Amino acid sequence: MRRVAVTGLGVISPLGHTVPEFWTSISNGRSGIAPLESVDCSQLRFQNGAQVRGYNPLCYFEPRDVNILDPFAQYGTIAAREAIRESGIEWTSDLRERGAIITGSCTGGQSSEDQQFLELYRNKNPRINPFTIPRIMGNAAASRISMEHGITGPVYNVSTACSSSNHAIGQAFWMIRSGAASVAITGGMEAIFSLGFLKAWEAMRVVSPDTCRPFSKDRRGLILGEGAAILILEPLDDAKSRGAAIYGEIVGFGMSSDAHHITQPSPEGAARAMRAALADAGLEASQIAYVNAHGTGTTANDCTETSAIRCVFGHHASRLAISSTKSMHGHALGAAGAMEAVATILALREGLLPPTANYTTPDPACDLDVIPNEPRKACAEYALSNSFAFGGLNAVLAFRRVD
Amino acid sequence: MSDDLIQRVISVIAATQHIDAAGITPDSTFEELKIDSLDGINIVFALENEFNISIPDDAAKNLRSVRDAAEGIRKLLESGDAPAPAAV
Repeated sequence: MRRVAVTGLGVISPLGHTVPEFWTSISNGRSGIAPLESVDCSQLRFQNGAQVRGYNPLCYFEPRDVNILDPFAQYGTIAAREAIRESGIEWTSDLRERGAIITGSCTGGQSSEDQQFLELYRNKNPRINPFTIPRIMGNAAASRISMEHGITGPVYNVSTACSSSNHAIGQAFWMIRSGAASVAITGGMEAIFSLGFLKAWEAMRVVSPDTCRPFSKDRRGLILGEGAAILILEPLDDAKSRGAAIYGEIVGFGMSSDAHHITQPSPEGAARAMRAALADAGLEASQIAYVNAHGTGTTANDCTETSAIRCVFGHHASRLAISSTKSMHGHALGAAGAMEAVATILALREGLLPPTANYTTPDPACDLDVIPNEPRKACAEYALSNSFAFGGLNAVLAFRRVD
Repeated sequence: MSDDLIQRVISVIAATQHIDAAGITPDSTFEELKIDSLDGINIVFALENEFNISIPDDAAKNLRSVRDAAEGIRKLLESGDAPAPAAV
């Protein structure tokens, strides 16, 4: 089996529109959570979110393309451009045919759906914009990326709620490792800030009225986020032989299903996914130095994840460093795992573990070292990144630093 | 056919396609204007809004030029049986 290198990264997020901006914020513990713009919050019990700020689509797209692409697909396309540019890949017709694109998006272009159905239901406008269907389809970003770069191999989107992009990246990793593809463009994208969708989240009673404080005793819920992150994967040997800059290595992927409850997480399911990722990587639990936690900041997730980590790592859990970068980039649902993959890869590469921001008070039910508020220098070789979705679908990636 | 109607059609196409109206004539074909099938249905949507008419699927599929569009709209407006949508 081939080893799998990450040779390109791209991000557009609440922490900036490029990877360097994203990393500068993450590595300094700066949060992108702020009062929501562009949405009327007077009907909402929460007012804060992690939005992509200062974004003008016309800086990236022709007007015609802005009409056809929902923001979620725009974000994915922008992140893919950065990742591909940074990878320095030289496309040949063979490489394009052997190229795969696997994306994760939970909601697709639901804000376009919201706007158009509002026209129909409330404004009694009998006509729906004919671009609505291409805007809302979950594979819109994957398809757009394939057309922009002429990628003609396997291209599809995975939708598994908050685990979408970890499932996508894991699939892409396995395809490169097995030889089923020669290069993969993978990650996730999400754009969720429409009133209808925010009201639906409000009804779940899991959104924080102030900020996201994962693992902190006074945590009050998650903060919704948006954006996209894309990784370029290729065989490590190919990357080396073409002299590519290598950001890191993906070494394992594990999945599980709780088969338990549609919204309540189960520690057993989360633990099985972490164990599966370790087994897939051929690693002992004691070799892991850092875990980028799912860490949503909800009451249920953070204590369940803590007990799952204790279950998998045993005594080593006390020596593990864990953080939730959702405290900074928010919970971008289907894009979350991809943003966290970028954060984890750069943390290993830079020797600097991102903190859990907004942390105030220890919680006995979350008694792990969560790197509160301040980043930490650490020479870590291996890390895990967890994603656990509503519906009980768990996906965990294992990464390795490349020297 | 009135110049006014043609000009309105040209304006709608220019706005929808983000192109200069000065480059569109009554005899311009959609092919010349690089209007593909998806653009075409978007133009039909914009024309329905502009003239407050309902263009049937068969007619929408057969539009090939500015003149086709204007002629079809004229017929719909004259026949009066293009049911104007209930409210906007």
